[in-house]
Amino acid sequence: MQSDIKRLSLILLFAPFALWIFLLIALPHIGMVILSLREKVAPRVYEFGFGNYIDFIQEPIYWNTLLRTGSMSILVTFLALLIGFPIAYYIAKIAGNRSKGALFLLCLIPLWVSDLIRAFGWILLLRETGVASSFLLWTGAINEPIEFLYNDVTVVVGLVYTVILFMIVPLVSTLDGMDDAMVEAGYNLGGSGFTVLRRIIIPYAMPGIVSGCIVVFMLTAGSYLTPILLGGKNSSWFTEQIYDQFITRFNWESGAAFGFLLLAFTSLVVWLGLKLTGQTLANTVAKS
Amino acid sequence: MTVTDTPDLECTAVCKDFGQVRAVDNVSFQIPKGSFFSILGPSGCGKTTLMRMIAGFEDPSSGDIEIKGKSVLNTPPNKRNVKMVFQHLALFPMMNVYENIAYGLRCVGTDKATIDQKVKDVLERIALPDVGNREVHQLSGGQKQRIAIARCMVLDPDVLLLDEPLGALDLKLREAMKIELKLLQHQFNTTFIYITHDQSEALVMSDHVAIMNEGRFEQIGRPEELYHAPKTAFVAGFVGDSNRWSGKVSAVEGGKAKVTTDAGLQMLCQKRDGSDLSAGQSVNIYVRPEFISAKRADTGAAGDLNAIRGKVDSVLFNGANSRVLVRGPSGELIEADVVVTGSDSDLRAGDDVALSWSDQQTMCFAT
Amino acid sequence: MKRNFKITGLVAAMMLTTASYAQAETLRLLTWGSYAPDELVQKFEERYPDITVEVTFSNNEEMIAKLRATGGAGFDLAQPSHDRIAAAQLEYDIYKPLDLSKIDTSVMESSHLEGVKANTTIDGEVYAVPHQWGTSGLMKNKAEAPDFAGWDDLCDPQYAGKTSMRLKRTILLGTAFSMGHDPFAAYDDLDKYQEILDEVADKLIECKANIKAYWQGGDDLSAMMLSGEIVASETWDSTAYKLFAQNPDIVFVPPETGALAWIDTFALPRKGKADDAAYKWINFVLEPENVSIMSGSTGAIAAVKGGLDLLPEDKRNAVTAAFTDEDIANLKFFANIPPGVEDMEGKTLERIKAATGG
Repeated sequence: MQSDIKRLSLILLFAPFALWIFLLIALPHIGMVILSLREKVAPRVYEFGFGNYIDFIQEPIYWNTLLRTGSMSILVTFLALLIGFPIAYYIAKIAGNRSKGALFLLCLIPLWVSDLIRAFGWILLLRETGVASSFLLWTGAINEPIEFLYNDVTVVVGLVYTVILFMIVPLVSTLDGMDDAMVEAGYNLGGSGFTVLRRIIIPYAMPGIVSGCIVVFMLTAGSYLTPILLGGKNSSWFTEQIYDQFITRFNWESGAAFGFLLLAFTSLVVWLGLKLTGQTLANTVAKS
Repeated sequence: MTVTDTPDLECTAVCKDFGQVRAVDNVSFQIPKGSFFSILGPSGCGKTTLMRMIAGFEDPSSGDIEIKGKSVLNTPPNKRNVKMVFQHLALFPMMNVYENIAYGLRCVGTDKATIDQKVKDVLERIALPDVGNREVHQLSGGQKQRIAIARCMVLDPDVLLLDEPLGALDLKLREAMKIELKLLQHQFNTTFIYITHDQSEALVMSDHVAIMNEGRFEQIGRPEELYHAPKTAFVAGFVGDSNRWSGKVSAVEGGKAKVTTDAGLQMLCQKRDGSDLSAGQSVNIYVRPEFISAKRADTGAAGDLNAIRGKVDSVLFNGANSRVLVRGPSGELIEADVVVTGSDSDLRAGDDVALSWSDQQTMCFAT
Repeated sequence: MKRNFKITGLVAAMMLTTASYAQAETLRLLTWGSYAPDELVQKFEERYPDITVEVTFSNNEEMIAKLRATGGAGFDLAQPSHDRIAAAQLEYDIYKPLDLSKIDTSVMESSHLEGVKANTTIDGEVYAVPHQWGTSGLMKNKAEAPDFAGWDDLCDPQYAGKTSMRLKRTILLGTAFSMGHDPFAAYDDLDKYQEILDEVADKLIECKANIKAYWQGGDDLSAMMLSGEIVASETWDSTAYKLFAQNPDIVFVPPETGALAWIDTFALPRKGKADDAAYKWINFVLEPENVSIMSGSTGAIAAVKGGLDLLPEDKRNAVTAAFTDEDIANLKFFANIPPGVEDMEGKTLERIKAATGG
């Protein structure tokens, strides 16, 4: 009797998770796979085949865009880590308890407005007749208005700004768990500031760094609005091509294949990253 | 003073203020080479701050700290040859035992073969020769303790600081580690400075103990001095157990003071060197339980001893450390050590007893 | 007891649904932004108190994608452009034929009506009737670029860094016309069309350095034009008319080779549930006074007789400032897109986007 009740409550607790996994994650993906393996031969006539994937391989524009998206996402991830780490360290270790909350809130503020508004904010700031350019003109630093928008640098800056919070949060929570004595012991045993950072703080924060990087990389590679709105004439992003396949070209089959390729590609990058840093997914996710 | 006599550590008038609060107040002491020195005090007395100043994590507001005769005030913590065992040990969880110990050697650029040799040696000295490849979380509490010490000792420090490192251990292990620490200190022959709020740790292990209270050193001395000849009321109360009465001096004659307690008891206490008591002064009296003899009332008491009659309230049996609680005439409870032999002559609750102790064991401090 | 409760619940639920059916029919519109002004929706609901109007704003591509996803369910009336219906219907079967007897076609400009019918008749059934028409073309700031006149001027080095376009099919077609081709005629021969597209792509890739940015929507285009960051651009006519009201130097320019004309239509999604309400809406918005309200909101001209005269005054001025009778005669109506063309065009656009020009 007792064990029956236990089993029942176990099933009840597990059910939402199982439903979520199955209905919202597994099922759509199975649908996507099936869709991506259909080849259109005539209106309303489809055949099973790998044509959509073969198209991808044969068309350099597609895999170039995917590689470009991947490498820029890695750059964004790296920059977010570079900028986010000191911020996280300050919040977790240096700021007082009271200012800690306030600082965390400050980091959260950009999330309160939508992606679109944030992108438009950057546009207002950086356009040729925008705030930055006008200010520089006014100070006399430049004689002609400068266009800051529509290039890869702006896209990277905008993306870093958008995703950096997702780097800071896991970092703060791992660093928060680090005993201050660990750092002091590092110094006490003769380590310089750099040694302590390299041999103690970073290895300790590694789970947070890796999970932050995974989240940031995934978010960046999958982002749509920021690269499109801030990017220039040449800045294609892989998600844009997926959107185009689905919406403008009505080619759902190929769109599904692209979606799947993006998933596979990002998973591969994450797997490589884990291998290189010697972390496991269970380790990083459980710790941060 | 010759060079060989240079103390390993000398603090001169060290003060530390945090805003309005003075955490360490005018502390001066020196520790001779190779001794085991404890700083004992209640929590919040400033002992940790003092230790952090020695290690270099805090700068003193005034005063000087010298290691081997050289001021280290402008030396950053990683350049001081003072190593520290932290309260929770602070072993690096992402490194194995070997790496933990080798860390400090790598920092000073020791070559690989020497590191291998030194790590091996130190592991042997702490009697854990085979744990090099273990992860930190695989070690027991006592083993971690020893690794934390080895990690410092491999660097051959002038002074080793230990910040209540036994606090996290269970009682049995703590007892064993006390002895082991003392042995390790002998073995390495390095100056240990041990910070604790646990008097038994300090008394058992140390050559010298400093009692610290509210940022000041109350008394520095050998453990038995502190126990038997406390210089201040705080030391008398803090070190060891004692019964305490407060009262007033009614007369001083022949090196002895006659005190009337608030409850009206009469007691004699011997004046100690340097203390000056005069009639009418209010005082606190401390008497250790082991100096009070408790006998059945019918056996009678000796002449020049302080004596009180009372009734046994309860017997606290603890083997050789057994004690009786006696309800005195004014209702207060007085502790006295007794020998419980298991025979009929043992005291039992409800017995009338006569308590007596000599005036020499009666410690009297002006308040 | 439990069963009773269930039955009561069921009955209550049924009553609720039937009640809502009886009381208020819902007309779910899938249309363009500004094609359902609040004023008009309110007026409609006053006249037909048992109908509530729900509006979803979209564009041609998303309309088709949405209806395709549900097989034509979820909406009762859609407004795709005339050239985007036949292929979508053939391929995805998302619309149902119209019952023309329920629509007052007599008020419609017959040339538009016949054109749309011709475009959207499949197996003898008509799938759409016209609503409003407008053009895609160019705009310029007269003060800065007085000589700007054709699609190819976007790539003229004298305007380097000061022009813009939207990287969609319109610019492909416009550029094809400016290069002397007739892309619509080539729809019958897709190999020929591919050749034209390749030629256009080369031209536009070369032109990339001349372009400041590809605009994404009316808002960023307006901002660039008003701030003077660009002096000429490919545009929707309605955007140009709006800017004309704010700066009379900014005018719509029908390209020398002819502005590209589109007609937005009414079509019934295949699984729509409120056909009657949809027909009521169609007839309602074609009433002259409602046409004025609609045109005021959309900036497009209603496909009714005398549609131009029913424009609000400022819009009419903008149109007459832009078009001569000759321009109107020279309009190039978008031809029906045969299946497969979207894919070809999409690939071309991606090629242009991915190319590293300037």
